[in-house]
Amino acid sequence: MESEQLYQRGYCRNSYNSIASASSDEELLDGAGVIMDFHTTEDDNLLDGDATSPGSNYAMSNGGGAASSSTHLLDFLEEPIPGVGTYDDFHTIDWVREKCKDRERHRKINSKKKESAWEFTKSLYDAWSGWLVVTLTGLASGALAGLIDIAADWMNDLKEGVCLSAMWFNHEQCCWTSNETTFAERDKCPQWKSWAELILGQAEGPGSYIMNYFMYIYWALSFAFLAVCLVKVFAPYACGSGIPEIKTILSGFIIRGYLGKWTLMIKTITLVLAVASGLSLGKEGPLVHVACCCGNIFSYLFPKYSKNEAKKREVLSAASAAGVSVAFGAPIGGVLFSLEEVSYYFPLKTLWRSFFAALVAAFVLRSINPFGNSRLVLFYVEYHTPWYLFELIPFILLGVFGGLWGAFFIRANIAWCRRRKSTRFGKYPVLEVILVAAITAIVAFPNPYTRQNTSELIKELFTDCGPLETSQLCKYRSQMNGSKAFTDDPNQPAEPGVYSAMWQLCLALIFKIIMTIFTFGLKVPSGLFIPSMAIGAIAGRIVGIAVEQLAYYHHDWFLFKEWCEVGADCITPGLYAMVGAAACLGGVTRMTVSLVVIVFELTGGLEYIVPLMAAVMTSKWVGDAFGREGIYEAHIRLNGYPFLDAKEEFTHTTLAREVMRPRRNDPPLAVLTQDDLTVEELQSVINETSYNGFPVIVSKESQRLVGFALRRDITIAIENARRKQEGILLNSRVYFTQHAPSLPADSPRPLKLRSILDMSPFTVTDHTPMEIVVDIFRKLGLRQCLVTHNGIVLGIITKKNILEHLEELKQHTEPLATSWYYHKKRHPPSHGANGKPRSRVHHVQLIRSFQDGWGGGGTGSEEEEEEEEEVVCLLNGSSL
Amino acid sequence: MFDKYGPLSFLAATVVTVFLLDAGAVADAKNFEDVRCKCICPPYRNISGNIYNRNVTQKDCTCLHVVEPMPVPGYDVEAYCLLCECKYEERSSNTIKVTIIIYLSVVGALLLYMLFLLLVDPLIRKHDPYTQPLHNEEDSEEMRPQADSGQARGNTVLERVEGAQQRWKKQVQEQRKTVFDRHKLLS
Repeated sequence: MESEQLYQRGYCRNSYNSIASASSDEELLDGAGVIMDFHTTEDDNLLDGDATSPGSNYAMSNGGGAASSSTHLLDFLEEPIPGVGTYDDFHTIDWVREKCKDRERHRKINSKKKESAWEFTKSLYDAWSGWLVVTLTGLASGALAGLIDIAADWMNDLKEGVCLSAMWFNHEQCCWTSNETTFAERDKCPQWKSWAELILGQAEGPGSYIMNYFMYIYWALSFAFLAVCLVKVFAPYACGSGIPEIKTILSGFIIRGYLGKWTLMIKTITLVLAVASGLSLGKEGPLVHVACCCGNIFSYLFPKYSKNEAKKREVLSAASAAGVSVAFGAPIGGVLFSLEEVSYYFPLKTLWRSFFAALVAAFVLRSINPFGNSRLVLFYVEYHTPWYLFELIPFILLGVFGGLWGAFFIRANIAWCRRRKSTRFGKYPVLEVILVAAITAIVAFPNPYTRQNTSELIKELFTDCGPLETSQLCKYRSQMNGSKAFTDDPNQPAEPGVYSAMWQLCLALIFKIIMTIFTFGLKVPSGLFIPSMAIGAIAGRIVGIAVEQLAYYHHDWFLFKEWCEVGADCITPGLYAMVGAAACLGGVTRMTVSLVVIVFELTGGLEYIVPLMAAVMTSKWVGDAFGREGIYEAHIRLNGYPFLDAKEEFTHTTLAREVMRPRRNDPPLAVLTQDDLTVEELQSVINETSYNGFPVIVSKESQRLVGFALRRDITIAIENARRKQEGILLNSRVYFTQHAPSLPADSPRPLKLRSILDMSPFTVTDHTPMEIVVDIFRKLGLRQCLVTHNGIVLGIITKKNILEHLEELKQHTEPLATSWYYHKKRHPPSHGANGKPRSRVHHVQLIRSFQDGWGGGGTGSEEEEEEEEEVVCLLNGSSL
Repeated sequence: MFDKYGPLSFLAATVVTVFLLDAGAVADAKNFEDVRCKCICPPYRNISGNIYNRNVTQKDCTCLHVVEPMPVPGYDVEAYCLLCECKYEERSSNTIKVTIIIYLSVVGALLLYMLFLLLVDPLIRKHDPYTQPLHNEEDSEEMRPQADSGQARGNTVLERVEGAQQRWKKQVQEQRKTVFDRHKLLS
């Protein structure tokens, strides 16, 4: 009960209370107020089925005014038209409308609940379906993550050799039971054969080295080729990291097929191949996409989620938490990641569901135990050594490095991606992948730190030197000296082995930095977390060893004097590697809280939170000094997705009048009148314009606003009426009012379209500052907003207009990026139906921006034809 | 069949098998191959480093139980064992085996299907509208009445599958155009 109320409050806060009441007109209030039965508004009333808190009534009577809730009730005799209220591909959803729809549906179920046992069961099922769908999502994403982990490990080792006794084991599993007891031979096991051993029959010597080298490149290339082919043939949407697109989708955008079955399958399959090909990429980002695909697919099983885009996004938020949960083995970090980085609308209910999904997914992955270490990630480490205050200085330096790397990476990667996007170079995705894979493989093999899997590298860098360590990084002098047990003195002088390891690490760092810039954005599934972490871990380890040696040789310095006595363990290079990894990841993604929690869950040590926080915060500050957006926002901007960032501040003093369309020199707004249009006229308006919605006014004379009708809904409704209703002719009258207008006796039967009319469109006056308008759009997730003056419709502002406006203002201050529509002007699409390049008139773009979709957002050339149309028809007096 | 139900059945099969196998694997996790207790003992005095690998229960995974024969005399055992690090590890070789087999078979099936689509299919349907692009189709019209058109196109199962395949192909071609040609998404 208490939680329910809490939830209600949270919902009210997120819902649109003040503005809704301000904009709903009288008629609407009548309609809505009379019929609404004041039952619970929300869908999850498991605990208190019919108890209602006063808060919910309030929220509902305020907010329940929008289109479908009232209109459906008003026209309860008419059955709803199938298809109305759905969206086209590449269109923005209207959060307000969707939320109202859900409340309406919920109310209906609740009112029927007491009628029969069957209805009651149905309402229970409906209430539970949210938890069911996140459970299924968690199960599926955990299982798929396990599959990806196991398969990627195996394929990665396939580049080096094969397990003869059991083909399906990777190197480590193959040597699981080997009984080599001496230290010297611990890495050998007879069952595991390198390719040189198999083909040439010898394990040592230059010949076998070349053979192994060759096989390494061969496998890397074939994996990369297979991956890019599968992506290209079956599911092009499976490429890339997916997080920028998921962010956009969660903010309310439709990309059909992006979270579909084929995308899921191909992404899962090719992710393994891409990771195994040794490219500088990780599987963490794509795992979020995989989890979101699972969420989307399972939400089709439940009508509550499949029919409501806003509700579906709640499931997707939970799914992305599950994705990070299995990617890093960090359930809480996953929830915070979903909250901080990807989600747009995150009520408390979604928080709990995300929490649960993350839990289920982590549990499943843990029970699969893909790495055989009873952990969810390969590079889980546990430290117990303390850190000292003076170490904050190197940690902050690592933070500075992370910020610089982040800023540099974002600039360089965006520049490269823009090049790929705008020049002919982008026409050869397969060749590009092959080329990058070849270069990566050729350069990576000679250096042991780049040859191995990046996750393994990170693990090695994180791990402290101990008796189990065989790596070069731990070859300290005293350890070689058998007479002395190594635990006596952990701060040893470095031995040549460590110096050569340092050189190799430096080379690996440079290599990783360069290759990651060119790899992120390839047409294979490619995540960014692991390469960034690797870069940070390398840098951190180098710094750590440097500090360690400094402390060893200068233990009488005032800094070290207090803490580092001779023989005392005072520097942990592995910890530096971890802090560096967090800093670099923070610099690239600009995450803070979730990143610290993820890394802390990786280590299981609470005492390192302060160093991590210091490094991550520094890296964010340094990174923000060079550019405020993280890599995902930068990619969103590069691709021109309609994403209205809630984090950015709007500081300009423009007014709604200056942003609204039509602009001063444009033809007037295309409007419909409420009761004196015929079907033919309506159709001609629809055919001759490309707008996605039309304001409905009382009459040409008064111009007062009645409501707003969407193009798609009108088309579907007319189509439906033609098929189902008798007597609808081309000259039938169309009316949006409650009662049919008085008509001459011989006229055909009129068509009532009230059910598709949104009678509570959001309106602002023309003098509203844009600050407020932007806030309304961000907080409510509006799709469009009408601008009125004395109750007369002047124009319209869509989400896209706002984005354009923001971009324009940004161009004024920092002429750095070319956004998509500038871009488009420079490169008109040359692949129209007739293949002829077309000219484009400047203002068409602006008018088209009326359309809420995405510039040219069509799926076919038909759409493109339409996009080129330069005739913008307007409804003037004569055509009415 | 493959087109429409392939991914779903793949997902379902994966989930189900991984679970079943996992359950099975937990049941016989105690078999010899899947459990090990590994002790790594570093060099001590004049004894070189050694690795001991035995199959014991988690409770017994200590130096005292695993290191046999003890290389040091009785009074030194405690000191020696302090240095050793013992780790109990479990795996499920069945899960690994089945996962790899599922993965490889799915990749194989996809490869075959890809070859079929790229090589055989164009030969079979030379006259088909597959090669001529989608100019004649109206997108929004196409997207909406999917259920209807699926039935309208054919009554037999084969025809329906064919229809589904064609629709899927069109969708993929659209995606390809968006991603690779127009560079609107994901670039």
